[in-house]
Amino acid sequence: MPDAPGLELIRGEIEERHPGAVLDTGFAQERAALVVDPERILDVLRWLRETPGQGYTFLSSVHAADYLPAEPRFGVHYELLNMDRAERLRVKALLADPGEDALPEIDSCVEMYPTAEFQEREAYDFFGIVFRGHPDLRRILLPDDYVGWPQRRDFPIGGEPVTFTYNERDLG
Amino acid sequence: MTVNIGPHHPATHGVLRLIVDLEGEVVRDLKPVMGYVHTGIEKSCEDKSYWKVIPFVERMDYVSYFFQAEAFCGAVERLVELEIPERAKYLRTIFLELNRIHSHLVWLGTTALDLGAISMLWYCFRDRDRVLDLFEMAGGQRMHTRYFQVGGVIEDIPLGFEAKLREFIAEMPTRIEQYQALLDRNEIFLRRTKGVGTVSRERLLELGVTGPLLRAAGEPWDLRKTFDHLAYPELDFKVPVGTVGDCYDRYRVRMAEMVESVRIAEQALDALPEGPHIADDRKYVLPPRSELSTSMESLIHHFKLVTEGYRVGPGEIYYAIESPRGELGCFLLADGSAKPARVHFRDPSFVNLQAFRDMSVGGYVADMIASLGLLDPILGGVDR
Repeated sequence: MPDAPGLELIRGEIEERHPGAVLDTGFAQERAALVVDPERILDVLRWLRETPGQGYTFLSSVHAADYLPAEPRFGVHYELLNMDRAERLRVKALLADPGEDALPEIDSCVEMYPTAEFQEREAYDFFGIVFRGHPDLRRILLPDDYVGWPQRRDFPIGGEPVTFTYNERDLG
Repeated sequence: MTVNIGPHHPATHGVLRLIVDLEGEVVRDLKPVMGYVHTGIEKSCEDKSYWKVIPFVERMDYVSYFFQAEAFCGAVERLVELEIPERAKYLRTIFLELNRIHSHLVWLGTTALDLGAISMLWYCFRDRDRVLDLFEMAGGQRMHTRYFQVGGVIEDIPLGFEAKLREFIAEMPTRIEQYQALLDRNEIFLRRTKGVGTVSRERLLELGVTGPLLRAAGEPWDLRKTFDHLAYPELDFKVPVGTVGDCYDRYRVRMAEMVESVRIAEQALDALPEGPHIADDRKYVLPPRSELSTSMESLIHHFKLVTEGYRVGPGEIYYAIESPRGELGCFLLADGSAKPARVHFRDPSFVNLQAFRDMSVGGYVADMIASLGLLDPILGGVDR
């Protein structure tokens, strides 16, 4: 993992190339994280991937988390891995809830990292985060006609009544 | 012609639905539909105290359960910066490697069954039963033992475990050789797997594939070697790597991994240090029952841990280990309460399944079945 000074150096270098893209850095439990402006996420990911000294060419995981009640509410996490140096770096993009029925949006990184295809679909399925430019953004694990975004913190745990034989006719 | 290989199918290794576009016998396009065994484990975990999450996450990838437990417990331990004792590290390593052997035996038995070598199923499950007997001896259950807890392992290994494990270690290499003698140069097996389902190393890396699939394609990437955790830095083992990246290489890589796992278990057993099997920190670990009748603090700690559970301070962490299928990562978001705010598993089967389309398109339907077997997906991990 890049250590704390290394993380600040990375932030400095990204600032030169894409000013204003990195909003914050976080270093805890020996893990480095960059908090990035969601509109600039592709720039930062491309920089980390293609700059000769960086080389974060492997995307281990892209997943989302709901930080309710903190604002901005949704975090999209990109776990990057540099296989040559065996270093991990987390890139976080925090999205606000647009309110009412609108869905938060962020650019999809599928073109750069094809591995994100299923994983972004999962984030859409569970949180309702729209990945602009994803070739096939639809539900992956839940049924296609499911209504609601279950992994959000305000979705109740026992979200829907369990269908048993005694109530299946009432529930439809 | 579009064919639905429906979720109820003996060859899909679980409830995986495939919508396949065929032209004669040649696969032109393939879409996997998942979610048939999705039970909302990640959501349910948000309502459970941390130690109650362990049995939940064990059941995701239901064949390699110790790995999920280790990913979760390891994530919590790193988040609260709790050091586990040396003996616990070695015990965890032994159980992880035994679980790897178990998982590969299940894979070998079921995949050989798919390809027609029906006897392999019975031989592999016979050996799998010996591993399950070992798990039952130590953890009380054959599967999903809840043996790994935050801080170490829940109980020390019983008397007789070491002897039984040594018997297993002594006999397993011969058994693996016998399986290889059956399949390695078997003409039918070779024809079904050689040159089938080849995907280039670069494409696999793009798709995020890890584990034996990536190693069979020639990339020597193994998280046991790259990131120091548990007892792996002190043990000597090789990482088998293939060359071509076809199904036959994947088979050979997994067989060699089984041999290496036996060696790792043997070395860890030889080097098993004396000491406590779980950490001492009473804020996270239950005190021994003998103390409860004499020490008031122990009683209070026990009460707090059993009723509310330990609190994990605000923070987030991603911890990944090498499961039999690839990189198993646990993302844990803690908000300072006794229940996790988000538990997400980066499951290797889920990500590896993206490579399935690349493996099958252009080949025959029968080759697709062989590729699926040697991809080794576990639908519990895919769906969670």
